[in-house]
Amino acid sequence: MLTSNPFAELSAVISPAIMQTYIIVMILLVAGGTIFDVIHKKSAAYFFRAGQKSKKRATRQVGGAEKISLAVQTTVVEGLTSGEFCNPKRRISHLLTMYGFIAYVVTTIIMVFAYPTPATPAPAILPLLWYLGALMVCVGGYWFWFFIRVDVASEGNSPFRLVRADLFIVSLLVSVTLGLVWAVSGSGTWANIFLGLYLLATTVLFGSIPWSKFSHMFFKPAAAFQKRVEQANGSRRNLPPPADSDEVYGSARRQPQNY
Amino acid sequence: MPTFVYMTSCDGCGHCVDICPSDIMHIDKTYRRAYNIEPNFCWECYSCVKACPQNAIDVRGYAEFAPMGHSVRCLREEDKGTISWKIIFRDGREKNFVSPIRTTPWGSIKGPAEYPVPGSDELNSQELAHEPDALNIEGGLPALKRNQLKQGFRKGL
Repeated sequence: MLTSNPFAELSAVISPAIMQTYIIVMILLVAGGTIFDVIHKKSAAYFFRAGQKSKKRATRQVGGAEKISLAVQTTVVEGLTSGEFCNPKRRISHLLTMYGFIAYVVTTIIMVFAYPTPATPAPAILPLLWYLGALMVCVGGYWFWFFIRVDVASEGNSPFRLVRADLFIVSLLVSVTLGLVWAVSGSGTWANIFLGLYLLATTVLFGSIPWSKFSHMFFKPAAAFQKRVEQANGSRRNLPPPADSDEVYGSARRQPQNY
Repeated sequence: MPTFVYMTSCDGCGHCVDICPSDIMHIDKTYRRAYNIEPNFCWECYSCVKACPQNAIDVRGYAEFAPMGHSVRCLREEDKGTISWKIIFRDGREKNFVSPIRTTPWGSIKGPAEYPVPGSDELNSQELAHEPDALNIEGGLPALKRNQLKQGFRKGL
């Protein structure tokens, strides 16, 4: 089961051309939603203004080569390894969800476009990665949802309270979970119901970008890069420089006289 | 001088929600980022500013006595045990200070949950929770002995 392409089996019911068109529509929704989000929230304008302000306060110039080096560092530390999270549990959960989602989406696209029917069997690694990616999303996502999410961990709210900030994580988890349930349910009425719900949740996930935090995967690296540039040019967002030396406890301190 | 959050820097970790003594730092329902729900009730204690691992919280002075253009920012370094301050005045002057975060190294104080659950003797004791150990006073809490008390007015003398 884990090595069979679920989309090839689906081609008996839905033609590969429809599946491929659906994926193209989803990609267009992501691109369009992100552009709309950037224009509507003026995030690009904000980053440009913040960059100009930082330049005014800069104590040294950052050259082109150094900027490339900072971009590489941002990609490796903040992008590939989620280094901005101070909570290790949250970092692990984010890495599981992020890499799981990438594996799940990429293998879906390859299987639907390159191996759409049983006549063109996919290499066993592709469906395996699809299942593995979906499971990683579920492990990281449900762990985040029930235990790590700040609304539950710090605010003390019920994990079942839903607000708009949950749109992305809920639609992602529902979509991936229903995808897994549909893939293991074979064929029949229930499989068709799960397929319908899976498509609905997936459409919500990719179509709700202007209202969800899906686009954080685009603006978060931009914010991390800007932070690194501000550290390098000396403006440091008006923060003081790191202390020269460690604090030495008790060495030159007066003993308490209050007793 | 109420606090405010730079939304692009905040990652919604919840440290400010946990530490705010006034319980006014909360998580936004639209973006899951921290924000000050009631600036008028801010104590200006800087707890959230110091606690924020992303340095995403800043303090805005009221215009009457801290006009626009000033800045008070701080950087906590737990490994060094320091907290550095940078104050920029409206006329461009700058002042920098470095202070100890506290008088003992970071992580050296036991949390309340790390102490054993008090028994009935401890609950009935005059001492507060974790005293005298938590006060680092050798030989227990100091107390006046009977012969140290002042002799009061005695009838007939």
